[in-house]
Amino acid sequence: MEIIDNGIRPDHRIIFDMIEPGSRVLDLGCGTGDLLQLVARDKDARVQGIELDEHAIYECVRKGLSVCQSDIESGLAEYPDGSFDYVILNQSLQEIRKVFFLLREALRVGNRVIVGFPNFAYINARVCLGLGGKAPMTQSLPYRWYDTPNVRFLSISDFRSFCEEKGFAVRKACFLNGERTITFWPNLRALGAIFLLSWEEKKGR
Amino acid sequence: MNAVLKTESSEPTPEDCNRSIGIVETRYYTFAEPPGTITLESGETLGPVTLAYETYGTLNREKSNAILVLHALSGDAHAAGLLREEEAPGWWDAMIGPGKPFDTGQYFVICSNVIGGCKGSTGPSSENPQSGKPYGTEFPFVTIADMVHAQRHLIDFLGIDRLLCVAGGSMGGMQALQWVASYPERVRSAIPIAAALKHSPQQIAFNEVSRQSIMADPAWRDGNYYETGQPERGLSVARMIGHITFMSDQSMEEKFSRKLKKDHFNFNFDADFEVEGYLRYRGANFVKRFDANSYLYITKAMDYFDLSGGKLINGRAVDTRFLVISFKSDWLYPSHQSQEIVRQLKLKQVDATYCELKSTYGHDAFLVELEGQTTLIHHFLEKTYLGPRNGNRNGNHR
Repeated sequence: MEIIDNGIRPDHRIIFDMIEPGSRVLDLGCGTGDLLQLVARDKDARVQGIELDEHAIYECVRKGLSVCQSDIESGLAEYPDGSFDYVILNQSLQEIRKVFFLLREALRVGNRVIVGFPNFAYINARVCLGLGGKAPMTQSLPYRWYDTPNVRFLSISDFRSFCEEKGFAVRKACFLNGERTITFWPNLRALGAIFLLSWEEKKGR
Repeated sequence: MNAVLKTESSEPTPEDCNRSIGIVETRYYTFAEPPGTITLESGETLGPVTLAYETYGTLNREKSNAILVLHALSGDAHAAGLLREEEAPGWWDAMIGPGKPFDTGQYFVICSNVIGGCKGSTGPSSENPQSGKPYGTEFPFVTIADMVHAQRHLIDFLGIDRLLCVAGGSMGGMQALQWVASYPERVRSAIPIAAALKHSPQQIAFNEVSRQSIMADPAWRDGNYYETGQPERGLSVARMIGHITFMSDQSMEEKFSRKLKKDHFNFNFDADFEVEGYLRYRGANFVKRFDANSYLYITKAMDYFDLSGGKLINGRAVDTRFLVISFKSDWLYPSHQSQEIVRQLKLKQVDATYCELKSTYGHDAFLVELEGQTTLIHHFLEKTYLGPRNGNRNGNHR
């Protein structure tokens, strides 16, 4: 995949690598469609976006993408089971109230779900809170307590336990620190994580 | 919806706005000539059938660049450019022309007057071949599906197998939807704007009040008024009701507020307020150009329209792409009706783009709120025309 090189966000690159060529892909909260465009073009995927912002939708349409205006939580409702091979939920999980409901819906509509989120247990966040006594602000959690859109504050470990408890199989997990992916001590060292999920086998998928 | 409205209220638009296609000509195509007829949804027959139509741009050799533009309740075949005998440009002139979203440098754009209309296509004011007089209420009831069926005859006549796009606002959007329901294999893409899968009771109610207004006018004479003059009072009131529903609370506030025509009250029933004067002016103008019976027939066709409950995409695999557009301040065709269209498309996994545009113009927005529509339609069409579906690869093989 040498086509994707310069100027591609590291999280986009990881998600890109998780997707099989020729897949059907839905991006929930696709923004201006950079990732979808990449996946459509270089993975020959059939893609659909869901996005709330009118101007982001213009950008998507300019890129030739199909996108439906909706918020993330109600965007999946009408799609039949298994409409997509992948449902992407990148950098918006932490803004969602009904997390389990949404992931269950995503795994109904898609066979696999790719979830990307910021790690609240990143070392700098720990220092900020533990030693500084202040609500953490990091590269991946850049907001102040009073202007953050985030309503869920989770760590990589939290998410792993959550998946285990709810019966989500973790097919792949990648951890990011800036441009680099890391493998050791991700819960301490990673700014963010990207998980590839499916149902556990016993759930019938 | 109406060309008069546009000349007054359309805002300066993107740079291409003044690039008109110039002088255009209305043509006529007649089919179902004796002994032939077409059978309508009601079971009645109609023939011969004439469609007034205009075309802009050039049909390419593959005949793959044809776009059918569909008009609303009071529209006509004159969608763009200038007719010799009229001053006003076509009703969607801002959207159709060189460099405009429906780019006549690239696409072949067709617009025809609906059957049941009064702008050159067969309707209640046309001559009934049986009697040699205008049909009046002898005219059979037509539906949106019948309108589309007639258009298909025209598209056949023009030798076009598959339309690149069917597009329109309001009743034009309903026809676009009907095209997909009736002839999915003949439509590569559809752009229903400010439309609905069916009329709500509120929409039917407004139409019914309009019809009652026409029929309550003694001059209506059960529809046989072609020698005595049409029911102008009734028709103008019907149109006034229409205009109220086309605007939003906010656009009326901005346009009229409580401004007076003079600087004092008249203390009589003349038009004190500007809004009153506006409605009277619109009503009075409308009766000069529109047939009251057509208003009755077409509003009824809109009320009968119903593609809800899976009738839009009925069984056959549909690879038509959709661009669905609604306007935030449109309370006559509110966004939830467009969202219902989108729900049906998602359910059938049809490729769809949907956007609610922020506009304060109400239902009129599809004619006057150009910026968002321009961007969306331009790029949507370009992708449909040049590229493989759904953003796959680069569509550079022009």
